[in-house]
Amino acid sequence: MTTIAQAKTSYQAHFSQVAKELGQDWKGWVRRLRETAISRFGEMGFPTLRDEEWKYTNVALILDTPFQPAPYDVRSLRSDMPAWVSLGSFEGSEMVFVNSHYSPEFSSLGQLPRGVEVGSLAAAVTAEARWVESHLARYACYQERAFVALNTALMQDGAFVYVPEGKVLEGPIHLLFISAAGKGATVSHPRILIVIGKGAQASIIESYTGRQDEVYFTNAVTEIVIGENAVVEHYKLQRESERAFHMATLEAHVERGGNFLSHSVSLGGALTRNEINAILDGEGCECALNGLYIASGEQHIDNHTRIDHVKPHGTSRELYKGILDGRSRGVFNGKIYVHKTAEKSDAKQTNNNLLLSRDALIDTKPQLEIYNNDVKCSHGSTIGRLDQDSIFYLRSRGIGVEAARNLLTYAFASDVINRIKVGPMREQLDQLLTAKFHGGS
Amino acid sequence: MLEIKNLHAKVAGAEILRGIDLAVNTGEVHAIMGPNGSGKSTLAHVLSGRESYEVTAGEVIFEKKNLLEMRPEERAREGVFLAFQYPVEIPGVSTTYFLKAALNAVRKHRGLEEVDAMDFLALVKEKMKLVEMDQGLLNRPINEGFSGGEKKRNEIFQMAVLDPKLAILDETDSGLDIDALRIVATGVNALRSKERAMIVITHYQRLLSYIVPDYVHVLFDGRIVKSGDKRLALELEEKGYAWIEEQLQKTQPVGF
Ligand SMILES: Nc1ncnc2c1ncn2[C@@H]1O[C@H](COP(=O)(O)OP(=O)(O)OP(=O)(O)O)[C@@H](O)[C@H]1O
Ligand SMILES: [Mg+2]
Repeated sequence: MTTIAQAKTSYQAHFSQVAKELGQDWKGWVRRLRETAISRFGEMGFPTLRDEEWKYTNVALILDTPFQPAPYDVRSLRSDMPAWVSLGSFEGSEMVFVNSHYSPEFSSLGQLPRGVEVGSLAAAVTAEARWVESHLARYACYQERAFVALNTALMQDGAFVYVPEGKVLEGPIHLLFISAAGKGATVSHPRILIVIGKGAQASIIESYTGRQDEVYFTNAVTEIVIGENAVVEHYKLQRESERAFHMATLEAHVERGGNFLSHSVSLGGALTRNEINAILDGEGCECALNGLYIASGEQHIDNHTRIDHVKPHGTSRELYKGILDGRSRGVFNGKIYVHKTAEKSDAKQTNNNLLLSRDALIDTKPQLEIYNNDVKCSHGSTIGRLDQDSIFYLRSRGIGVEAARNLLTYAFASDVINRIKVGPMREQLDQLLTAKFHGGS
Repeated sequence: MLEIKNLHAKVAGAEILRGIDLAVNTGEVHAIMGPNGSGKSTLAHVLSGRESYEVTAGEVIFEKKNLLEMRPEERAREGVFLAFQYPVEIPGVSTTYFLKAALNAVRKHRGLEEVDAMDFLALVKEKMKLVEMDQGLLNRPINEGFSGGEKKRNEIFQMAVLDPKLAILDETDSGLDIDALRIVATGVNALRSKERAMIVITHYQRLLSYIVPDYVHVLFDGRIVKSGDKRLALELEEKGYAWIEEQLQKTQPVGF
């Protein structure tokens, strides 16, 4: 048993280790950023169940395992990198990261329009890429969030994507994060910075995976800057090892007329916490957050989302669906915050949950905070079980009871899946789900 | 083909079927009529294996097998088909996908090869004609947003595809306009055969003038209280059920 205080000390020790290893590799401004972040972490410590935002998710479970900083080790992967980690062939670029480090040998960037930059974040910092210093750590709040502070202090690499004004990417960019724990339990802190210029368009897939029985901890932070009238589709596919821990914070900053579409699919992990926050910081922004979480056994999946309507005429739509089996537990907390300055905001939030077993549990909490009267906001959440009339109808046609249940479970998720616009991603997810609800086809 | 003996069944603690006896032979069409709440749909569901209905006594033999021991899907595969009074809407499951899965489950049970997509489509096209169903409905989720009439056509269409030995039609005529009634009834008639038996539950003689039954039974308070030929339906249409009730009271002064 590690106490929370011990865990805190050990993560602070990681910092000294990282600082020594990196030496002069990262620029002075990053060093200062790290130092601020680690000292802020020292002040905050880890959240506990007494924190309103962490009421249902006990991070002590993560802190119990003494994780060591993950080595950058592709050798262990090379021989048996399973085919399933890739989305297969599709138009676009795939960048592979092992324990958060960019691995050019596994990546294929394909054809990208002139001026588009994709690659290692560490390399972009070293090369003094223009946009890194002005955006990195400006959105994800290391001042207030312990895991963001840890990531900021301990990040070693991750992805940098920059699409200049007016450029439209044809295919998606796939950022594939693989954890290879090796012998001991390891932690990595992938960091992603995505900057999309005025009127540009891109779709980006972030996926996380690892070997099925390995114990590791992924603590990721993604910042996305969406310029005026830019359109960004972001997909997150979490299929970590079932013994892994996954913490992820995504901060999207949307400027005037920008459009942010987010899909978050969580399948793996022993304990997962996703925070997705979008700030609609200009007039007429559009934002859609879609999510699907599927848990069984003892899995715990927590989705926290927050949409800030800061300026007028913003539209947000949110649909999260959960399927919980076994003794799993789900948490959905969706906050919509309409600022005084955001008249004519239009927000709609829906959270639907399907419980497949008696012992599965969901805590769902929609939160609307509205400080302007001239707005349209609604929310609804449901918790249900498979419909007995539907099961009987299917069985009365000769379909077996298991197949009937699987078919209905899949059907419950289908509207979220159908919103995924990247074909190969949708097909892959289809396969994963069909396999999960085996016999469902 | 089907023999129901002294069947008793309970729903939510209340005894709804109170001793049903009925024998149906291959090729026959039996009509069951009776007032609201008399237990017609309950009988249909008990025959299809709905688990919320508890059989407390009696037996049902179907093709020499004990029907009550089978799960609903097994009964369907053995050839029992229920056209629902209230077909269920199932969002997210396409009608085509569902029906192909059902057909292949039934075929597998009968030792036939699974149909491929091409053959399935051909079969489906042919059977849709039977009830003049719009092919667009196939791509939609099962019954979702279907009109009352479309749902009923869909039931008969599914019956045509699955080719059951015993079809139980529970108020297939309700919700149909006059033209649709004629079309659906013509479809059902086309499915009449020496190999197939049908139980047609209805409130109206109108349907039975299209689908002419060999026998008519009156279900009253969970029992079949009167049986006859097609003339019984006409008589009921004319006189209502009060007449039967009176007769019953004369013969059975106690117990009702
Ligand atoms: N699931 C149930 N729970 C409680 N009561 C039920 C249930 N299903 C049926 N019943 C009751 O059983 C009785 C018979 O119902 P049933 O649906 O079999 O009648 P019916 O003859 O088909 O009537 P209708 O002509 O109106 O369709 C009714 O009193 C009904 O309320
Ligand atoms: Mg009825």
